[in-house]
Amino acid sequence: MATQSPTLSRSGGPLEAIADWIADLGGLVMNWFITVGDVSEFFFRTLSWIFTRLPRRDTLLPNFYQIGVLSLPVVALTGTFIGMVLAVQSHSQFRLLHLETRLGAVINMSLVRELGPVLAATMLAGRVGSAMAAELGTMRVTEQIDALSSMGANPIHYLVVPRFIACLVLIPTLTIMADFMGVVGGAFYAIYGLGIDSNHYWENSQNYVGTFDLFSGVFKSLSFGAAIALVSCYRGFNCDPGAEGVGRAATSAFVVSFVLILVLDFFLGIALDEVYLLIWPEGLRLL
Amino acid sequence: MVSMARQSEQLAASAHPLVELRAVDVAFGRNPVLREIDLSIPRGQTLAIIGESGCGKTVLLKTIIGLVKPTRGEVFFDGKNLFEFSEQELTRERMRFGFVFQGAALFDSMTVGQNVAFPLREHTENSDQQMQEVVLSRLAEVGLPESIVSKKPAELSGGMRKRVGLARALALSPELMLYDEPTTGLDPIMSDVINELILRTRSQHPVTAVVVTHDMHTARKVADRVIMVYPLSRLRPDEPQVIFDGPPDAIDKSGDPRVTQFVRGEAGERLMEMRKMADLRLANDS
Repeated sequence: MATQSPTLSRSGGPLEAIADWIADLGGLVMNWFITVGDVSEFFFRTLSWIFTRLPRRDTLLPNFYQIGVLSLPVVALTGTFIGMVLAVQSHSQFRLLHLETRLGAVINMSLVRELGPVLAATMLAGRVGSAMAAELGTMRVTEQIDALSSMGANPIHYLVVPRFIACLVLIPTLTIMADFMGVVGGAFYAIYGLGIDSNHYWENSQNYVGTFDLFSGVFKSLSFGAAIALVSCYRGFNCDPGAEGVGRAATSAFVVSFVLILVLDFFLGIALDEVYLLIWPEGLRLL
Repeated sequence: MVSMARQSEQLAASAHPLVELRAVDVAFGRNPVLREIDLSIPRGQTLAIIGESGCGKTVLLKTIIGLVKPTRGEVFFDGKNLFEFSEQELTRERMRFGFVFQGAALFDSMTVGQNVAFPLREHTENSDQQMQEVVLSRLAEVGLPESIVSKKPAELSGGMRKRVGLARALALSPELMLYDEPTTGLDPIMSDVINELILRTRSQHPVTAVVVTHDMHTARKVADRVIMVYPLSRLRPDEPQVIFDGPPDAIDKSGDPRVTQFVRGEAGERLMEMRKMADLRLANDS
C-alpha cells in the first residue's frame, strides 16, 4: 500500500507547493521517457515485420495510391509557388548587389537542399499523416484494431508496415516533384517576370547545384517520410477514446511530425555537410 | 500405432482445460481492474461472465485472448502460456479464436463479403471461388441473404452487423468463441435471434464459448456455467472479485445479496449512495 508522506502532504505551505511542482515535473519526465520507449518499440516492431514478412500487394497498393498519387497535385502546386516566391524575394536583395544573374543558383540550391524536401514532407504530414492518425484512431476506438488481432492478423504488419513502406518509397518521388516544379516555377518568374537572362540563369544553376545537393535533399526526405509514418501510426494506435481523442490524435500527428521534420532537417543538414567535407575536403562552395 | 499415439495426444489435450487463468491481475496505469482472477474453462463449456458495467468483464474476455496483457499472473490456452509466445506465434495461435465484438468491429473500408472472407484470406490458400462459398455458407448460418455480400457495414442495422461479426468470427471454424455483449443495444426479438445463433453455433460446431453479458436472459439461455465479476472499487482488499461461480439455475438461490440484486435488477444500495451524494452536494451548496 502506498502511503503519503505526512510532512509533504499535510504541510499546506510553500513546501507542499514545491513538492507538488517536483512531482509534476517528475511525472512529465517519466511520461516523456515512456513515450520515447513506446515509439522506439513501435518502430522496431515495424522493422521486424518488414524484414520477416512483407505485406500483400492488395494492402500495399491502396496506400501507394493514397499517399503518392493523390499527394502529387498538391505537392506540385506548392513546389511551383515556392519557386516563384523565392524568385520574388531574392531578386530585390540580389539586385542591390548587382548579382541578379546568380539568382538561379540561389533559388535552385535552396529548393533541392531544403525547401523541396521540407515542403513535400510538410504537405505529406498535413495531408496523409493526419488522415492516417484519424483513420487508425477510429479503428482503435471502434475496436477494429482488436478485431484484426483477434483474427490472427498482426495490426502492425497489416496497418503500419504498408503505410510505412508507402511513405518511405514515395516521399523521394514527391520531393523530386516538388524540386522540379519549384525549379520550373522559379525559372519561369525569374526569366519571364523579372527579365533575367535565361542563359546566365541556367548556367549559374548548373555551376552551383550539384548531384550531392539533390542527393542530400532526397536522403533527408527518406527520414522525414519514416518519421511521418511512424508518428502518425503511433498516434492513431494510441488514440484516446471518443471523437475528441481521434481529433487530438490527428492534430498531434501533424504537429509532432512537423517539429520532427525540422529537427531532423537541422541535424541531417549538419551531418551531410560533414559528409560533403569528407568527400570534397576543399570545402563548401561559395556563391 | 499411429492411432494409439493420436488417442494419447487427444487424451493429453482433453486432460487440461482449454483456457486457464492463474492469479491474474490487470491494471491500466494506476487503475486496477482485475485482481487475483483464477478461472478454468473446460472444453465444450459455454461460460457466461456477468456483472455490472465497468466491472472488468470485457477486460477479462480480452485477457483470455491475449489482447490485454495481465500485470501479474498467467493465461494458458490449450496448456500453453499465451504470453510466452512470440508476436508471430501468438498471431498464428489466434486463428483458433473467434471474437464477436460489442459493436461488431467490422472493417468500414471493406464490404460484408470482404469482412467475412478476411480471416480466410489471411490464413488460407483458398481460391476466390472457395472463399466465396465459405462466406455465403457462414452468412446463411447466421440467417443473412446473399445480397448483403456487396454492402458496406455502414448500410446495415445493428442486428445485421452483429450477425456479420458472428459470421466473420466463425469463418475459420474456431475452437473458442468469445462474445462481448452480444445482445446489447438490440431489440428483444433480435436479442433472442442472437441467443439462438449462439446456441446453434454450439450445436453445429464443437466450440467452447465465453459470453460476456449483463443480460440475465442471455446468460440463462446460452450458458452451462455463470460467473459474476464485481467492481474492484467496491471490494475490500481481501474479498474475491468473482462473487458467484456455478450453473445458471443456482444463481437465483445465491445467498449473496450483491448477486441477487444484479439478477433481479434492483438498484438497492446504489440508490442510497446516489441519494447520499445528492444530499452532500446540497449541504455543501448551502
